[in-house]
Amino acid sequence: MQARTPVLRAEGLKKSYGERAAVIDVSLEVAAGEVLGLLGPNGAGKSTTIAMVCGLTPPDAGRVRVGGTVLAQDEAACKRRIGLVPQDIALFEDLPAQANVELFGALYGLPPAKARRRTTEVLTAVGLADRGRDKPATFSGGMKRRLNIACALVHDPDVLLLDEPTAGVDPQSRNAIFDTLLALKAAGKALVYTTHYMEEVERLADRVVIIDHGRVVAQGTLPELYRTLPMAQKLTLDIDGELEPAWLRALPGVHTVTQTSGRWTLGLDDLAQGTVAVLQALGAAGLAVRHIDSDRADLEDVFLALTGRQLRD
Amino acid sequence: MNAFIALVRKDLVLHFSNRRAVLMSVVAPILIAAFFGSLFGASDKGPAQIPVVLTDLDQSELSARIVANLRGDPALRLSEAPIAEAQAQVRAGKQRAAVLLPAGFGAQASKALFGAATKPEVVVFYDPSQAMVLPMVKGLLAQHVMEPVSQSAFSSDSPVVRDMRAQMQQAGKLPDERRQALVSKFDSGARLQALPASASAADAAAAPVATSESAAVGAATPARGGLGIPFSTHDEAAVSELGAQYNSYAHSFAGMGVQFILLMGVDMGVGLLLMRRMGLWKRLRAAPLSKAQLLGSRTASCALIGLLVFAVVYAVAMAFFRVRISGSVPGFVAVLVAFALLTSSFGLMIAALGRTPDATRGLAILATLLMVMLGGAWVPSFIFPPWLQTVSMWMPTHWAVDGLDAMTWRGLPLQAALLPVAAMLGFTLLFSAVALSRFQWEE
Repeated sequence: MQARTPVLRAEGLKKSYGERAAVIDVSLEVAAGEVLGLLGPNGAGKSTTIAMVCGLTPPDAGRVRVGGTVLAQDEAACKRRIGLVPQDIALFEDLPAQANVELFGALYGLPPAKARRRTTEVLTAVGLADRGRDKPATFSGGMKRRLNIACALVHDPDVLLLDEPTAGVDPQSRNAIFDTLLALKAAGKALVYTTHYMEEVERLADRVVIIDHGRVVAQGTLPELYRTLPMAQKLTLDIDGELEPAWLRALPGVHTVTQTSGRWTLGLDDLAQGTVAVLQALGAAGLAVRHIDSDRADLEDVFLALTGRQLRD
Repeated sequence: MNAFIALVRKDLVLHFSNRRAVLMSVVAPILIAAFFGSLFGASDKGPAQIPVVLTDLDQSELSARIVANLRGDPALRLSEAPIAEAQAQVRAGKQRAAVLLPAGFGAQASKALFGAATKPEVVVFYDPSQAMVLPMVKGLLAQHVMEPVSQSAFSSDSPVVRDMRAQMQQAGKLPDERRQALVSKFDSGARLQALPASASAADAAAAPVATSESAAVGAATPARGGLGIPFSTHDEAAVSELGAQYNSYAHSFAGMGVQFILLMGVDMGVGLLLMRRMGLWKRLRAAPLSKAQLLGSRTASCALIGLLVFAVVYAVAMAFFRVRISGSVPGFVAVLVAFALLTSSFGLMIAALGRTPDATRGLAILATLLMVMLGGAWVPSFIFPPWLQTVSMWMPTHWAVDGLDAMTWRGLPLQAALLPVAAMLGFTLLFSAVALSRFQWEE
């Protein structure tokens, strides 16, 4: 995957607003047929990075290349190869869905006939072919999100930048959006998917860039990121009684301890040995376990291990 | 009760947290009330002067005194000009009326005072859009003509009196005693005028200037008794030589068209702020479009909508209210285009200066209403106090209404549209410069 020539490459991007540094030396790249997940909590600098990559905001430093073209040198050419799905549902509510898509086709230089043909294609691709004459004002949130994506696809871009494209949609619509994105990936499009939902990144992304406080804190494929963790498994426990995290952390085989809503989550190197050791220690301390569950470590744990904070903090 | 109080408190907090809306709700009524109060209330500086132009073809001592009297009247702002220029000024709306004193006016008026001769005809050209000025001008004219004419007629050396005295002495039908009494009455009048002014004033009530009897004797065939206004007037609406007729709808359609198209411009500006809020502006900027394309398209669409709205408004005005473009059609189109451009630049400026759509809409509507009323679209600007008339000249709406009036009912040629068009284009440049210097491209 890494060997493929990147369609989009951003190098050393920096952006400050007054005294506040929003993005500090962020680099990323994505190749054709690849999904890059840009993961980070709210306010981490993801949207500013996307804004610089698609030419909305000039970086204070750094460079963006689309294909072989430098964005700052030929902005129009680069923009034609990029499709932006903004975080907001940016549609003209009083124009029919079809007119919305055709408008964006025209803005990206498509001749009218081609714009109409592409509109039909992309509305079909997002499952809205039969609603083309309806106005977005009559659509559900999920349908608006899909139309939002269709508008970004109409000019057949090489790179699709998706800024939290599933915000506020129901699971069914989310699945429909994922199916569309996976089809685009299969068609050879390069996708940059920005989100703070690690489940989405785990499901879609080939590679992940984790960003926090404007800096890249880790990047790589999912297995590469998991390998950076001191533990591979998680043990989740509901325990009756008061406990100190330090006491749990001192138990053999326990690497991390977090408590959320009264439930303890322990990071273990070896699930079998670690579980036995923890249960024995709790029993010896006279503490009853009401519920026990286990799972593999995920990106939340990676983020926690890297920043000391949870992704949704 | 707690819930009720909490709900009321919530409404109050929300209302007063929007400082611009609060400001608007307070400032708007104050400004509009102050405007109308200044129009219809008393003023320390006296009433607004009516601009009137006069042409004196008589050039007599009497007409000079009339002109001096008119010039001294605080209700008038009198200027003099040749008749053609005077008429043109009224047609162009620069003067409310033009008064023409005909040649021989002085001599004829003194005789006509007693009904002894044909009355000289004073022609009053007036602006038909402001016809209420006509009776005011005629009233003031009567006042300022009567005084010198009566003085002239009753002076001891008045040829009129001299003629009448001679006629009485020769009238064979009158008994001697009665003839002598009338002659002595003329003589006593002459002696009275020879007295100092203070004595004359004291006796004024007891000294009628003439009687029905004297008029009956003096006139060959007196039409009626007593003194009459020693001139007649011929009123003529000053409109184009092309045969235009004043139509009050032409002015009202111009004023209301200007107001509502400006409000459409406000909507376009606020719409841009809404696009920004919805993320649409960001999405448009992500497309391969230049700044000129983005803002230029917005400006062009706003101008086209303005033109279209005006076209429909005037089509209705022409079809149902007999409004006609009696002046230059290219001039009319030029005024409409200039105003449409002005509207779009105004909308752009609103988008550049505004922050939130709601607050901006309120302030922009207030600004529009102020421009419209100060521009004379609601009430004619001639009833404004002088300082407000000066302010009116700086309102783009003034030039729009002025230009449309000139090209419709005033029936003026293309040249008359040039100044309004230039003024509106100047405002367009100003608004555009403000908009471009303050426009925030990035969110």
